[in-house]
Amino acid sequence: MHEQKTPLIRLAKRDAMPSWQVWCIRGGSFVAAILLGALIFGLMGHSPMEAYGTILSGSLGKKTAIRQTVKIAVPLLGTALAIAPCFKMRFWNIGAEGQITAGAVAASYFALFWVDQLPGWALIPVMGLAGAVAGGLWALIPAFFKAKWGTNETLFTLMMNYIIIGVVKWLQGGPWEGRPGSQIIPMFDSKAVLPKVFGVHCGWIIVLVLTVVMYIYMKYTKQGYEIAVVGESENTARYAGMNVGKIIMRTMFLSGAISGLVGFILASGANTTLNDGVAAGVGFTAITVAWLAQLNPFAMIGISGLLAVLEKGAATLQTRMAVPASISDIITGIFLFCMLGCEFFINYELIFRGKHKEVAKQ
Amino acid sequence: MTAVEHASAIELRNITKRFGKVVANDSISLSLDKGEILSLLGENGSGKTTLMNMLAGIYFPDEGEILVGGKSVAIRSPKDAFDNGIGMIHQHFKLIDVFTAAENIVLGLHDGRKLDRKEIAAKVRAISDRYGFGIDPEKKVYEMSVSEKQTVEIVKVLYRGADILILDEPTAVLTPQETERLFTILRAMRDDGKAIVIITHKLHEVMALSDKVAVLRKGKYVGTVLTKETNPQALTDMMVGHAVTLNIDRPDPVNPTPRLTVQGLTCLDAEGVKKLDNVTFTAMGGEILGVAGIAGSGQKELLESIAGLYPIKEGTIVYSPEGKEPCDLVGKRPMEIKKAGVAMAFVPEDRLGMGLVGGMGMTGNMMLRSWKVGKGAFVNRKDPGKLAKEVMESLEVVTPNVEFPVRRLSGGNVQKVLVGREIASAPSVLMSAYAVRGLDINTSYTIYNLMTEQKKKGVAVIFVGEDLDVLLELCDRILVLCGGQVSGIVDGRTATKEEVGLLMTRVGGGKEEG
Repeated sequence: MHEQKTPLIRLAKRDAMPSWQVWCIRGGSFVAAILLGALIFGLMGHSPMEAYGTILSGSLGKKTAIRQTVKIAVPLLGTALAIAPCFKMRFWNIGAEGQITAGAVAASYFALFWVDQLPGWALIPVMGLAGAVAGGLWALIPAFFKAKWGTNETLFTLMMNYIIIGVVKWLQGGPWEGRPGSQIIPMFDSKAVLPKVFGVHCGWIIVLVLTVVMYIYMKYTKQGYEIAVVGESENTARYAGMNVGKIIMRTMFLSGAISGLVGFILASGANTTLNDGVAAGVGFTAITVAWLAQLNPFAMIGISGLLAVLEKGAATLQTRMAVPASISDIITGIFLFCMLGCEFFINYELIFRGKHKEVAKQ
Repeated sequence: MTAVEHASAIELRNITKRFGKVVANDSISLSLDKGEILSLLGENGSGKTTLMNMLAGIYFPDEGEILVGGKSVAIRSPKDAFDNGIGMIHQHFKLIDVFTAAENIVLGLHDGRKLDRKEIAAKVRAISDRYGFGIDPEKKVYEMSVSEKQTVEIVKVLYRGADILILDEPTAVLTPQETERLFTILRAMRDDGKAIVIITHKLHEVMALSDKVAVLRKGKYVGTVLTKETNPQALTDMMVGHAVTLNIDRPDPVNPTPRLTVQGLTCLDAEGVKKLDNVTFTAMGGEILGVAGIAGSGQKELLESIAGLYPIKEGTIVYSPEGKEPCDLVGKRPMEIKKAGVAMAFVPEDRLGMGLVGGMGMTGNMMLRSWKVGKGAFVNRKDPGKLAKEVMESLEVVTPNVEFPVRRLSGGNVQKVLVGREIASAPSVLMSAYAVRGLDINTSYTIYNLMTEQKKKGVAVIFVGEDLDVLLELCDRILVLCGGQVSGIVDGRTATKEEVGLLMTRVGGGKEEG
């Protein structure tokens, strides 16, 4: 065979690597991200050391800073947990944004209109429950269509986001508007606000408990096993006597319910009101968190923490070193690019021309 | 033969292609002249499609030479194939539903010109009129029948200037009338000087259409004969080969009793095509019932409908356990069949896509049969873990540990995991589809012995196979399927290979053609 008969660079799927090698690549990509980030700071005329120092001190240096960072991490972690079972099932739920919003709407309804009717101790649990049910039902709609008629869940869940955000806009300017003309829903009564523990709303406790529960659910329960089998092959699931449609609907309800709970935490704990930006992109960023964590709930704590540190730190950087606002996005982008990119090198190898023969013989 | 000049269109010299250890094509040589139709004949897995994919630029040969018009060429991509005037019409159409015929035809062409719809439509019509295709360039693909889609595929390759056409089982999806129309078109193209290769295993079509026949068997080239100098019997002999003695242990069935009685079973696929047509047979406890047939004759549907995985249009499947009331399985889901006390084991053809979960270890895969057992929300991993270790030891599964993903095991070990699990469930009916496909000889014998052991225990074993030598030495009776119908049930001890081979293609099978 002539040399030019094979392409210059080919991709080949790798056999599984030993795990130490995998972690070396992941570690390497993290270092690469730090170096690339440093390069950006350098080009902009700032000392990279100082910039990274500011990011760390701005996000973790003081008690107030840590609280802010945790506040960013809580919804990310909660939503990543919500998405995990869907993704394990290979059901591409990218509608967490809408499920969060639906949960927030239902929670807000009780916060705004049932404050006086419900006993004080019951209000918060009712809001949480309402949020979970609303998020779950919102997620159940695309799951039902998928199970019954095989509609594409990706588009469906995505579109559902805009519908519910539109509903909130309407509520803001219409039936739930506070001062006429303000286009703002009034702040919740203090009875409808999540209590604080260590200076942060207690949502962080809820999501940490959920992390453990989700880990156990996915790993040790019959339902978790069903989800894993459906994700691998629907035919195998049917062969094993599973009702695939039912599993899809049940899992999506669960996922939406957790997202709805996050919506309740955001409305009641972080914002103490409802607005159309309640989810603020968390539903999408959480996909990255879940994926980077390889759907492992405990790894999600670390990843959501890291993203929160970058976000909060970059905000501090912006005020303290007078860098443009977009620096936060650039640095986050570089980290995500490197971390997602390294998964490519874990799964595939590049084969250059000329090496072809040796590889073929192995 | 027509008046067209006797020039070589394509020639293959000693083409070899390996996939890992499997030799799909072993030093195959073929030649085809312009104005000729060649039938490429062979059983499933004989390497026909692999060979043609090398002409179409999908695979690249490991060894050997391809000559087009007498010149040696390297075909690295489908584009190279087109540049050499070779066009392949695949079994599964590669068309975009929402595009028109003309749009599909020009898709992927980059000759640097602007998209002139009028000109394209005119050119498509010209080709269409020349051979009598009768297609409308403006019709959308989703509005077309299967036969029309196939026509678009043919026009697509002609539009690209193909002189050598390869058709992979073109009649598999057509009605007899459509088939006849296709043949008329193909003859018109032959008379126009095109060289045509048609992959098929329908003997009467070979006889009706082609000028010569090349036969492959298990990746090897058997020979080429002129159609007018041969007959279906001779072709069958070439295709299945002479009987080989395998020495598989076959004890006589002890006290066989009816276990599974299937009557008038008819199944339709999603498109409404009959996959099983009035299938009737009885599987006995204590014997192995072989199922033979060319690939896609309804084997998969037969097993899946018994297992409750395929919708049944008509018929009954009655399960008669020892000392218990018989029950009808039709309309029951797999879980309901299990709850009804039917101890059925099923080794499906698609091991990792249906029988196993590739990403899980042996333990996780043992759980597929027991995950629902026990009260409460949690799964029991202990017993499946024990079972996994037992299967690993008794069947000598080579794996680092029982949690190692089965996808990364070799084919033979994957099959041992699957068969081991199914046998461990103490079945009274054991169905297996192509249980030894892709396995080495030792593992194959392990599987045969496992089947025979089950038979000795009084299990009704249904063994779908593709190697007639194996079926004839392993099975007590052999049911032959052809086009979804039972074309015969023969005694495994007295039947000959030729007899079964003819039933598979229904030549002399006692029933009228299609």
